[in-house]
Amino acid sequence: MTNKELEKLALAIRRRVIKMAYECDGNVHLGGALSMVDMLAVLYGDVLRGAGRPYEERDKFVLSKGHGALALFAVLGEMGMISEERLRTYLADGSNLCAHPVMEPEIGIESSNGSLGQGISMAVGMALSAKRKKRDYRVYTIIGNGESNEGLVWEALASASQFKLDNFTVILDDNKFQNDGASENIMYDLNYKERLRAFGFQVAEIDGHHIPQIQEALKSAHAGQAPKAIVANTIKGYGISFMENDNGWHHRRLTQKNYEQAMKELEEQGYGD
Amino acid sequence: MEIKKSEITRWAAMGPRAAFGMAILKLYEEEPDFFVMSADLGSSSGLARFYTKYPEAFVNVGIAEQNLIGVAAGLAKDGTPVFATSFAPFISMRASEQIRMNMGYMSLNIKAVGLGSGLAMNTLGASHFGLEDIAVMRTIPGMTVLCPADGLQIAKCVEASKHYDGPVYIRLSGGADIIYGDDFDYEIGRSIVLKQGRDVALIAAGSIVSQTLQAAHLLEEKGITCKVVDMHTIKPLDKDTLDSLTEYKLVVTVEEHNILGGLGSAVAEYYAHKKERPRQLTLGVNDFYPHPGKYGYLLDECGLTPEKISERVMETYAEG
Repeated sequence: MTNKELEKLALAIRRRVIKMAYECDGNVHLGGALSMVDMLAVLYGDVLRGAGRPYEERDKFVLSKGHGALALFAVLGEMGMISEERLRTYLADGSNLCAHPVMEPEIGIESSNGSLGQGISMAVGMALSAKRKKRDYRVYTIIGNGESNEGLVWEALASASQFKLDNFTVILDDNKFQNDGASENIMYDLNYKERLRAFGFQVAEIDGHHIPQIQEALKSAHAGQAPKAIVANTIKGYGISFMENDNGWHHRRLTQKNYEQAMKELEEQGYGD
Repeated sequence: MEIKKSEITRWAAMGPRAAFGMAILKLYEEEPDFFVMSADLGSSSGLARFYTKYPEAFVNVGIAEQNLIGVAAGLAKDGTPVFATSFAPFISMRASEQIRMNMGYMSLNIKAVGLGSGLAMNTLGASHFGLEDIAVMRTIPGMTVLCPADGLQIAKCVEASKHYDGPVYIRLSGGADIIYGDDFDYEIGRSIVLKQGRDVALIAAGSIVSQTLQAAHLLEEKGITCKVVDMHTIKPLDKDTLDSLTEYKLVVTVEEHNILGGLGSAVAEYYAHKKERPRQLTLGVNDFYPHPGKYGYLLDECGLTPEKISERVMETYAEG
């Protein structure tokens, strides 16, 4: 995809996130879903190798920060993996399209998540499996800055390095907030880049909303023998002015007024051009 | 996995870790399509020969039990069986939420192996005892819980687990007493009657089956005949066998585990709603952390020596 197409895909995902959040009529994790949309757009639009490959050889994506599930459902909807009908069951009674991913590889959901730190650990195992079984797929995972409080994240990172998983890329969606507020007041690490490097990773630090930077970082992750880490500086709630850096939107219900304003802003950003 | 008649006694007399390691090695030689993992306890788990010979099938994640289960999940995601091993309290509790997500919620094909469970870790102290693992594991939906009683049964249990498509917790306890001197059929979920008797039914699992059998013989000397059941599968329970015991005046469960949540609880829960049910005596570790000590000392402190088991059964039986 061209940069312009990827930007349009990101906008389409955001629009879908807002629409689903409004229509489900419940509290939704919005801020942390919106902060990673641009990365999802590049991953699904330009990086993950799936089409034409048997399942075992497809690149895999694991959403370790499982509470961002709405953005994952939205991108899978845009890619035609999840039907419109199924998407309408979001947060409905009995639907597996709930606030956290429920494993269903047939629609592109590789694992059940929601318990922070576990997705990255499983993703390491999937990348290790490719190495041991000599399969040509890569594994990508997005973790959150809040999630990185979990000790298991660092166990998983250390093992990816020990196992020399050059087919493994972790993206840290560092939106600087977590449930209880700003991470700097809770458990912030100013040196993710250095810390990840010390863990043996090949690290890039980028603006997580800049499509060319995301592309460049993900593509350069194909080279080199170390596992790859991308520290993405992002804005929680990105793309909707009243949500940006307002942690009140971590988990909240969208009113009609909110919805209309958000959609208007997305139109102005060029959706449908 | 073929076990020759001439090798039966050697298998049966093997300690749990040696038997586990040998079983894994032998099974892999015949069926090289699974992974074995450790959290830096490979040699302590009897796996040294295995990982020296087949490094491609072995994964050591270091001392990181949570990541042990997470990485096992990634390896098992395509259906490949993965044996993930550590000491019982560490794998069952340090990693219990990882087990819940990956083996419970996602039903991945992992066999979590808890070594040195019960009181087997003796002078290492209660930090290393496995007193709560059955309770934790059997409450996870879809989990199968196995407690083999001797080396031969461990070998059969390892093979059956590998062939079973789903999550399994294998609890290895201590001792090297021979329970199965002859070959026998092993099936997950089907208990084995080791001895017939009319008055009391003793149900045990794991290496404590040995003390239970000895207690049965002591009771017979006092004129109380005992049936002894090896309930090697704690989940799913062998309901047919439990149903066949309802006419006994007394059913006794014996386990090297807290009396809360283990085999005794599982049996009591099963009988609770039955119209006809036997009286039950639940023997085990009575909700405390035993002092460190040699295995014999610990059995004595917990009231689980053959003598103490038989005395406690006699007292209850005499109450009528």
